[in-house]
Amino acid sequence: MTTLIVILCYLLLLLSLGFFSNRLFRGTSKDYFVASHSIGPFLLLMSVFGTTMTAFALVGSTGKSFERGIGTYGLMASISGLVHAAIFFLIGIRLWAFGKKYGYITQIQFFRARFESNGLGYLLFPILVLLVVPYLLIGIIGAGKVIEPVTAGAFPLLFTDPSAPPWLGGIPPWLTGLVVSLVVLTYVFMGGSRGAAYANTLQTIVFMIMGLVAFVFIIDGLGGLEKAGKVPIRVNESGLVVQDFKFDKEKGQLLENETPKVVGKVLDSANANLTDQQPHFWREPTTVAFKKKNPKTGELIPFERELGFPFLTFVTYLFIPLSVGMFPHLFQHWLTAKSAKSFKLTVIAHPLCIMIVWVPCVLVGAWASGVLPPGIPPPAVLSAMLNLLVGDPVLTGLLTAGVLAAIMSSLDSQFLCLGTIFTNDIVVHRAGQNKFTDKQIILIARVFIVVIVALTYALAMLAKDANVFDLAIWCFSGFSALFPVVFAALYWKRATKQGAVASILAAVVTWMYYFHLSGYGGEYFVGPGIVPAAICFGASSVALIVVSLFTSPPSTKTLGKFFPEIDSTS
Amino acid sequence: MGKLLVWSLFVLMFFLHQDFWWWEESYLVLGFLPIGLAYHAGFSLACSVLGWLAIQYAWPEELEKFADSDDKSSHP
Repeated sequence: MTTLIVILCYLLLLLSLGFFSNRLFRGTSKDYFVASHSIGPFLLLMSVFGTTMTAFALVGSTGKSFERGIGTYGLMASISGLVHAAIFFLIGIRLWAFGKKYGYITQIQFFRARFESNGLGYLLFPILVLLVVPYLLIGIIGAGKVIEPVTAGAFPLLFTDPSAPPWLGGIPPWLTGLVVSLVVLTYVFMGGSRGAAYANTLQTIVFMIMGLVAFVFIIDGLGGLEKAGKVPIRVNESGLVVQDFKFDKEKGQLLENETPKVVGKVLDSANANLTDQQPHFWREPTTVAFKKKNPKTGELIPFERELGFPFLTFVTYLFIPLSVGMFPHLFQHWLTAKSAKSFKLTVIAHPLCIMIVWVPCVLVGAWASGVLPPGIPPPAVLSAMLNLLVGDPVLTGLLTAGVLAAIMSSLDSQFLCLGTIFTNDIVVHRAGQNKFTDKQIILIARVFIVVIVALTYALAMLAKDANVFDLAIWCFSGFSALFPVVFAALYWKRATKQGAVASILAAVVTWMYYFHLSGYGGEYFVGPGIVPAAICFGASSVALIVVSLFTSPPSTKTLGKFFPEIDSTS
Repeated sequence: MGKLLVWSLFVLMFFLHQDFWWWEESYLVLGFLPIGLAYHAGFSLACSVLGWLAIQYAWPEELEKFADSDDKSSHP
């Protein structure tokens, strides 16, 4: 109950920040959508980082490391440090410059002007919405998964149908999702992009500090760093997978099992030297058979899991972080920057921030394999570790608030950006700029945001058991497949509207094909381990180049506008 | 020259990211950090240094001047 009160206090703090940012709101649509280009380096770093790190970073990375081991970091985090920073440098600053000079608020406005096509905007709008929605879903699903275990036992008579038996009486995911959606909706509704930037900054600071505090307490619970390194599951001389330790909650300490507890068996491994190795600490693929308990019947069900990653999967994952170049919500954050110099801190510090957040999460996920049952849902691993190892309810509440902060710092930008593109690219674009007053434009955006929040919430309840990491990867894959369009728009004069349309269609068709094959959101690889994003990206690039070369180039006027003399010096 | 250095380092970093040479290794650095994770944490630090170099030697000064110039003749 104490944990819940701490979490509620944090949510109230966020609401008050929404009221505060509403007082600073200048009442114009430009202020609502891009904070009047007034955001400095620190706020930009915090809002961009907070936006790119969501449930995926904390809940998803811990869960993925629990499933597959420490390769999760190289797979997504370290390559993101390189690719994201390069995109901020090559794409972000350039888009900011065009946005500021020509008054763009959305990506679609830029593409319409660059490719001299209104239709391109109508084609792109539903695709961007379609791809942002899974990103929103992972936030709401992730929040639900985190809160239920840490509030277990708080309301045993009220919430009698938990996701897993030990979480009886915990706040159910539907209620957490509803509260989180309403809190984010309130401060975005009131403060717009300025409110989102302030809230993101607070939330990013909170989740980074709380993440480190959680890490320290988890290490303490495991008996120190060196002992923690011995905790993950181990392969014994018979090829059985064993847990050497258990956490005694009454004594509050990690104890060595008298005889190692067998939890699985190695079926196949490319690594010849398995004995006494901890498979979570290497990356060579190893297939293990585990068993998990059916929460309803108590029956043990066998399942297989591949630890590690095929090398080809690791290499082709580099296409996934390209997605940030096409995130519409990130475009909007870039446009809030006061000057190009505001980007400098983000370019340098973004990889460091990723490291600070991801290294502890990946370690905790690997360590968790040694003290949690292997069948636990991956998104619940982080909160289960907090619940097991950090006994203090106030601290658990603060740490959980940190996880919620990471989730909400992305939800707000995504809700806002959908409201922004609907209002500007569909409603105002069709009706004409002078048809609505500024107040009416803000009202339209707010109404659309409310509708999107309601729809997203309903979808999240339908997809509540989805794997947060895998769903996020599908969302990122779609945006990565669209990356050639933005890159060519900025750097290739010969890119034409027909080329852009062909590229978008190729991206969508290949993405939908593989999404269907994955069972709509599951983990899926092509052939020996190629991520679908690599193929979607290739198809989209080829379509763009071939069709552009066979169609008429853009007008001289447009080329002069988007390829001025700056090219020779920048 | 500075730009060439920065973009050459950028390409080199892509190759350094594929650390197949430690793919099967699981030994712990400092007693707690698996070598594969330690290497990639170091890689993140190197990305930050590369970002600093890019700002020093390849910063697009003219873009900012372009954005702030008054000429909006081609406003959409």
